[in-house]
Amino acid sequence: MKILVPVKRVIDYNVKVRVKSDQSGVDLANVKMSMNPFDEIAVEEAVRLKEAGTAEEIVAVSIGPEKAQDQLRQALAMGADRAILIKTEETVEPLAVAKLLKKVVEEESPELVILGKQAIDDDSNQTGQMLAALLGWAQGTFASKVNLADGKIDVTREIDGGLQTVSLKLPAIVTTDLRLNEPRYASLPNIMKAKKKPLDVKEIGDYGVDVAPRLETLKVTEPPKREAGVKVESVAELVDKLKNEAGVL
Amino acid sequence: MTEPLSFDVTRLPSPHLNDSHEAWRQTVRAFVDREISPHVNEWDEAGAFPRELHKKAAAAGLIGLGFPEEYGGISDGVDVFHSLIAAEELARAGSGGLVAGLMTHGIGLPPIIALGSEELKQRIAPAVLAGDKLIALCVTEPSGGSDVANLKTKAVKKNGGYIVNGEKTFITSGRRADYLTVAVRTGSGGAGGLSFLLIEADRPGITRTPLKKMGWWMSDTASIHFDDVAVPAENLIGQENAGFAGIVANFNMERLSMAAQAVAFARVCIEDAAAWARDRQTFGKPLAKHQVIRHKFAEMTRMTNATQSYLDHCAWRVMKGESPVAELSLLKVQATRTMEFCAREAMQILGGAGFMRGCRVERIYREVRVMAIGGGSEEIMNDLAARQMGL
Repeated sequence: MKILVPVKRVIDYNVKVRVKSDQSGVDLANVKMSMNPFDEIAVEEAVRLKEAGTAEEIVAVSIGPEKAQDQLRQALAMGADRAILIKTEETVEPLAVAKLLKKVVEEESPELVILGKQAIDDDSNQTGQMLAALLGWAQGTFASKVNLADGKIDVTREIDGGLQTVSLKLPAIVTTDLRLNEPRYASLPNIMKAKKKPLDVKEIGDYGVDVAPRLETLKVTEPPKREAGVKVESVAELVDKLKNEAGVL
Repeated sequence: MTEPLSFDVTRLPSPHLNDSHEAWRQTVRAFVDREISPHVNEWDEAGAFPRELHKKAAAAGLIGLGFPEEYGGISDGVDVFHSLIAAEELARAGSGGLVAGLMTHGIGLPPIIALGSEELKQRIAPAVLAGDKLIALCVTEPSGGSDVANLKTKAVKKNGGYIVNGEKTFITSGRRADYLTVAVRTGSGGAGGLSFLLIEADRPGITRTPLKKMGWWMSDTASIHFDDVAVPAENLIGQENAGFAGIVANFNMERLSMAAQAVAFARVCIEDAAAWARDRQTFGKPLAKHQVIRHKFAEMTRMTNATQSYLDHCAWRVMKGESPVAELSLLKVQATRTMEFCAREAMQILGGAGFMRGCRVERIYREVRVMAIGGGSEEIMNDLAARQMGL
């Protein structure tokens, strides 16, 4: 069985994000970038399925800038067999990504696509679901446990109020939640080996898909700063403020 | 807008680093963030860290790094900069004791790899590099450390083996180690009478005593007493009376690696002091807006920049196969002086908060002396360099 794992290059989770002074977006200049943590979990799950003998090949794919090769190399170092970069310097929205992934699925014919449930930059949480709809495949989102056997995949999902297990017929889409696994480190020998694994670079135009953004960003601003509290001199003043300013008494 | 001062901002870009170095940095950083940083305060107070960390570090590739592949090491495509990145990123957790205890094999194993028989290498190295067995280097004695050529622990030939008598002290990982790489006197006085023996730590006649220290609390440091310890002849590392070369074999990498750690500790001090100075309000403005404090950051950064550049230069020469002994000696002095200065200034900026236990700067401050003394004291380093200046 072949597994496709899409990975996204995002701002590192440790970076304190800054808004550009013209409010057109987030400042990405000289900022540390990493693989989306949910995608790391997706790669790890695919590698475990391969190690268990369930999967034969893992293909990692990324849609993004030239530098997204770093994240694909990381996926290769973790255990993916080969990688595809669909190059674009433009912003691609979830629908465009899903359409491009559909094309990749048609070329590669995997039986399983494992994606992060969302990317930590825009938190859209849409690509997996859209891809399932476009392909007409079954989907198991927010997976905290995956069990693959007899052409079926049981996905335990984290939902409000508990866990739900769905049984999907293959081919299928799975999106990963935080507790699915703990991703491994890319060891140094595997980092070296990853340099020699195949990485195809394609242009976004090769796929003949309409990737024009449907959304227009008007402005991006910092969350409002929390203001300091007020000190009161007496209980009477406190009661007065609660009554007349806060209106809670 | 410029990036706020931090550990990463104070790392000068280096022409010697490629993608594999950066990918390796990410791996070590993830390992440190997950397995080490959350526990360092607790481990330092407890005076120990879990032994299973060695296995985890081996799985991540840290223990085998730089050792030959045939003994379970990782050497294909690896250069000295991979090792320095490991030292630097491990130091980011702000505990030299952790680095010393976790990476003791970095000084204990090289004499075996450099001089040992094939049988000895096969017997010892794979288990050490897998993180299953620990190995410690035993050179320093109560009567002297830097004056290696005059050490006194004796190994006398008897029944086709050796009988060892003497005492070693300040031995890192001395109590936990399964194997001891011991410098002994087998011949006459001076450097020409020294040999290395591999001694299994469970041999009868060995007693080990823990030592309490100013810093490096989580690292086990011990005195080891050898009382008529019988050691088989096949445990001799290399040729008899040719052990001095094995001692020297360690020095280049040890000094480079200590310099890399020292600069990284200095950068940790800058990062934590900067975060505090931006936040802390005094006299109506953040500490960082007072000129007397700002200049401290300029001075600290000047010193880490200079040291990092010098470190890159020395590492590049070692990578080319040179052995620039005088430069490496001066580099170590430069690096520990930088660490000392930054630890002091960061403590002044943190004020009372820095004096409280449980922060990286406080621990680093306690570890300055061991870095400036261990692995070649500043005085010995300067003397070694001066001797090669044709004065």
